[in-house]
Amino acid sequence: MEPAAAKMIGAGLACIALVGAGIGIGNVFGSYLSGALRNPGAAATQTTNLLLGFALCEATGLFGLVIALLILFAF
Amino acid sequence: MNLNPMEQFAVKPLAGLDKPLFEIAGHPIYFTNQALLMVIVVAVSSLFLTLAVKPNRLVPTRGQSMAEMSYEFVAGMIHSATGEDGLKFFPFVFTLFIFVLCCNFFGMVPGSFTVTSQIAVTFALASFVILMVIVTGFMKHGIGFLKLFVPHAPWYLLILLVPIELISFFTRPISLSVRLFANMLAGHTMLAVFGGFVVALGTAGGVLSALSIAPMLLIVAIMLLELLVAFLQAYVFAILTCIYLNEALHLHDHH
Repeated sequence: MEPAAAKMIGAGLACIALVGAGIGIGNVFGSYLSGALRNPGAAATQTTNLLLGFALCEATGLFGLVIALLILFAF
Repeated sequence: MNLNPMEQFAVKPLAGLDKPLFEIAGHPIYFTNQALLMVIVVAVSSLFLTLAVKPNRLVPTRGQSMAEMSYEFVAGMIHSATGEDGLKFFPFVFTLFIFVLCCNFFGMVPGSFTVTSQIAVTFALASFVILMVIVTGFMKHGIGFLKLFVPHAPWYLLILLVPIELISFFTRPISLSVRLFANMLAGHTMLAVFGGFVVALGTAGGVLSALSIAPMLLIVAIMLLELLVAFLQAYVFAILTCIYLNEALHLHDHH
């Protein structure tokens, strides 16, 4: 296989990491909503944890994106 | 016209300042667009925050309200994450938060440069945070700070847990910096890619030119999302700093 083509395929494969990030972010917000609708009084106190969970989830997907960029531009 | 979406992240010397300012160990130092943006961010944010609260009105103006609200926001964040004795780190966390926030927001101005999309900048910030945590921990607890790496568990589990704790501690600067850098990089690349769609459709002629309004509207929506991300990443950077400092201050016992 051409090295250039292999690079492109590899970068594309690395972006599969975003699947996990998508599931994770959906889980974070879904769980927050179902919890918040059961107990709206406690919802406001958990926004910090919500945003923190969102950011931590999103980061794992972006690590995959960084790998893709490394494959494309660093090698 | 060059439509490479990565072109916006190029660090280059300013026009007219092509000659290096000085050299450190044979390495030329330039005044780059990144340095210019950082100077602007520091100047604007510190001038705004000092001048807005200078008159110290009883009924605040909009500017004074903004400065006071950001102060109370960060103070509340530190208090909830680290408790009372974390408040002596307020100047450190506030400076970090405002710097990252302003860098993100100034990067949203079309044609400017996003300082936080450079891993060099974010990694420097993150390693400074971890250094601060280590120094704080050793100053507060002495050699007992090393207990942070030894969770409450039977000894046969500790063989497994201590290396994991060590690895998770020392990958923190990497995850902290890559999170901010990758978010900014991904967002701005996406904006540039959609900008490329507008140009490609607009110059295609006929019905396709009229269709270029669709990606244009999408850019507006993504821009709004990016403004949210810009704030959120600054917030996450600051709150994770608080959480790491909390561990250094209180080790494993929860306050």
